[in-house]
Amino acid sequence: MDKNKPVVYPYIPNSEPAIKKQMLEEIGVESIDTLYEDIPETLRLKGKMDLPEPLLSEPDLIRHVEKILGQNATCKDHLNFLGAGCYQHFVPAVCDEINGRSEFLTAYAGEPYDDHGRFQALFEYTSMMGELLEMDVVNVPTYDGFQASGTSIRMACRLTDRKEALICGPINPDKLSMIKNYCLPDISIKIMDFDHENGHISLGEIEKSISKRTGAVYFENPSYLGVITALGEKIADLAHKYGAECIVGTDPITLGVLTPPSQYGADIVCGDIQSLGMHIQFGGGQAGFIATRDEEKYLMEYPSRLFGITPTSVPGEYGFGDVAYERTSFAIREQGKEWVGTASALWGITAGVYLALMGSQGMTEIGEVIMQKSHFAARKLSEIEGLKSPAFESPYFREFVVNFDGTGKSVAEINTTLLDHGIFGGKDLSQEYPELGNSALYCVTELHKQADIEKLAAAVKEVVL
Amino acid sequence: MTQDIRNYRITEGKPNLRRFHQARWDEPIIFELNQPGQRGVLLPRAAAEIKEEVGDVLASIPEMMRRKQHPALPEISQAQVLRHYLRLSQENLGADLNVDIGQGTCTMKYNPKVNEQLARLPGIAEIHPLQDEKTIQGILEIMYRFEAVLKEISGMDRFSFQSQAGSQSIYTCAAIMRAYHQANGEADQRDEVITTIFSHPSNAACAKVAGYKVITLYPESNGYPDLDALKAAVSERTAGLMIANPEDTGIFNPYIADFVNVIHEAGGLSFYDQANANGILGITRARDAGFDMCHFNLHKTFATPHGCGGPGGGAAGVSEELAKFLPTPVVGFDGKKYFLDYDRPESIGKVRSFYGVAPVVLKAYAWAMSLGADGLREVAEVAVLNNNYLLKKMLEIPGVSAPYAEGKHRIEQVRYSWQELYEDTGISSEDIGLRAADFGLHYWTSHHPFVVPEPNTLEPTESYTKDEIDEYVGVLRKIAEEARTNPDLVKSAPHNSTIHRIDDHDTLDNPEKWAVTWRAYQRKLKQKKNR
Repeated sequence: MDKNKPVVYPYIPNSEPAIKKQMLEEIGVESIDTLYEDIPETLRLKGKMDLPEPLLSEPDLIRHVEKILGQNATCKDHLNFLGAGCYQHFVPAVCDEINGRSEFLTAYAGEPYDDHGRFQALFEYTSMMGELLEMDVVNVPTYDGFQASGTSIRMACRLTDRKEALICGPINPDKLSMIKNYCLPDISIKIMDFDHENGHISLGEIEKSISKRTGAVYFENPSYLGVITALGEKIADLAHKYGAECIVGTDPITLGVLTPPSQYGADIVCGDIQSLGMHIQFGGGQAGFIATRDEEKYLMEYPSRLFGITPTSVPGEYGFGDVAYERTSFAIREQGKEWVGTASALWGITAGVYLALMGSQGMTEIGEVIMQKSHFAARKLSEIEGLKSPAFESPYFREFVVNFDGTGKSVAEINTTLLDHGIFGGKDLSQEYPELGNSALYCVTELHKQADIEKLAAAVKEVVL
Repeated sequence: MTQDIRNYRITEGKPNLRRFHQARWDEPIIFELNQPGQRGVLLPRAAAEIKEEVGDVLASIPEMMRRKQHPALPEISQAQVLRHYLRLSQENLGADLNVDIGQGTCTMKYNPKVNEQLARLPGIAEIHPLQDEKTIQGILEIMYRFEAVLKEISGMDRFSFQSQAGSQSIYTCAAIMRAYHQANGEADQRDEVITTIFSHPSNAACAKVAGYKVITLYPESNGYPDLDALKAAVSERTAGLMIANPEDTGIFNPYIADFVNVIHEAGGLSFYDQANANGILGITRARDAGFDMCHFNLHKTFATPHGCGGPGGGAAGVSEELAKFLPTPVVGFDGKKYFLDYDRPESIGKVRSFYGVAPVVLKAYAWAMSLGADGLREVAEVAVLNNNYLLKKMLEIPGVSAPYAEGKHRIEQVRYSWQELYEDTGISSEDIGLRAADFGLHYWTSHHPFVVPEPNTLEPTESYTKDEIDEYVGVLRKIAEEARTNPDLVKSAPHNSTIHRIDDHDTLDNPEKWAVTWRAYQRKLKQKKNR
């Protein structure tokens, strides 16, 4: 290539010199520099940015990126038992097909007239979530499940005009960190310790702490440690007795077999939808949902966009639009509820596709098969001397705690050796929950085969002996 | 009547208006496609031995927690689900399909396909965020390398990619501001954040969530930010400044360094909202103007797709002094290996799960690497060239103006006003937007409040050809003509869209009527019938 010839960039059509010159002439200036007249000389960057040499052609770029990413070991070439908020489930091909469509992938914030498709697809997503949750209002996705929890707590405290939230453990410590930061400085967060013997929420702890100052009682079902609680109704009753809102965090993939929280007293239900058709992608597939009853006081506290169905000037035609837009920060800046902006709409559309493919039967079946396989894995591990699996004698879904105290080996040591066997062992809990001893959180989904679980059990057995 | 469609293509090198018609499939709501018993996908099953071993696992669920009724989801075969969503996709105008310069402030540039391919490689799509560090060296290296790119572009010392979008980055920086004043024992005293009306609403809204009172400055009559107003607003209560530059008018604040100084002298921090950075890459840097913090929207400036509203990617950058407050973890490199640094006692903690949207960081890195220092500067220069060319052409249309900074050039976008046309014809900016849909184009007014009357914000980025810009202007010129000659045609638009005009806003604002889900809609329909 002629070194003096300027590069014409494929993504920048008007980098072609002749067209550039023509446009400058039309504007009536000699150089592009003139267009920056308002930027003081003292603030101009002198010289060129110090950046790596560009990879101008696609093959060079691909080689470069593939080489770097090639250092990663993946859950395709390894057996993965990590979950803890990011789950390796079956992703139907149609989900990827739809979220890869240019029309959805590259659109942004069009009106119902040019982007009818996204309005309808997101309305259908919220509608199918509404059926799973048995709730009438579901938002266009927020960033992730963490944000959904943080916002739900803020919503509850605005609704009750109170400044305290009780969070019932066990909860993901990262999520708790986010919630604490997000609720500053308006809301004080009190953590209710759980029963370390059985992993259950401790009703006694809540009873000790709840008062007329409590705006929200938050718990998760299943919990961070996989335990299914039957205390939902009791906790909700307790919250309501003190005039607090009851918030329940859940994963919608459980709801084919588990009772939706709305049926045991939840006022606000929230969580992450990553399980519904998103690849794990290093945590990039997370997206949050919030659901409530269809009451004005609840709906008006959402910061998120809510898409509603509406008639058009042609009888029978479905149109869509923003419901109660005036509550948002787009409409009234800092007077709005929290803020609204780019979040996770494409994952909402994808989750809609997932639910449409799964249907009623699919959601019921996936709940059952996950339970079968996770219970089988827990049993297989329990056959190994020194392991307590599951560590809690409580009902669980998809995830369960395995205690290794009897092996004399740390989870870190065990996981390092498992890695040599091509296995990503469960999440080490010994730092987060030292009171649980030497424990790990194992995740088993519908994707694991019997042979995978047996391979894990054999490897663990070899490691701990 | 037979039309001669040569009139709708290009004549004498100039693009004419298209006979556009958006797809109109009259697609039912997904529940209406329900065919009980049909399956969209089948699932892997548990082997017989597993079933035998675990027995009736559902019986292990406490009675009250066992779902009694199947969720009322539709049951549809696979091709039919695909067809439904493909039709919906056709009823959506992605940026790949239209000249998307009508969504100002959002930097709707081309999202390269090669980057999409890279983001779907198993080395990123199939890695778990909690894997052992030695198995994720590749993605950590990408994050580390991209941080170095952003440090050079902004002059800042450290970045976090944990936030998922621009607003979450803005919030992150507001929380860092709070932590900084807390560490100095001034958190209670410093309870005010200053922003400007032409900075994105999230600056005001995020500061409020972080606990601040918000002071919003209005510009001088010439549209330039008002330094005297800032001086009058600062006090010992000032926590900081949160400001865009160029603002959403496309005007670069020539006194930006003075703004930052005034804030620093008052003891506050300055945050630079760089959502509008596309026209200044390699031209001027946040840190060089004295800013303590800044953020970039990877889905705007760095060419990752907007996904109908996310996931995007946010990059929050800070000075060395503030680095200790960034969200946990940050990515480090010890000379041999990359690692996640959790040892950050003064960090604000987590703002999002895991480490943000890794595939978006990867795409943004790939984009920057495909351009390099010269290419990034070319992005900025051509974005500004395109914008000023568009400005010139727009002002030739009777009825439109570009309020403020008269006679000056703009950076990467302009907030226009159709006030004159509105006064002449009664056709509002919103009406123009609805008619623009008939030509296959997006059009956006502006954020509220409408300080510029009958506003319209256009940002042509570096991605469009001169002809495409001409086409966009041609459509607006045509609509402005129609406003004078056939206003009813505009007022009743859209005509060629998927749907027709929504006049009944009561169904969206009245609690008795609104319906955010199909079940709510069905219930309210039934109630209406019973009344």
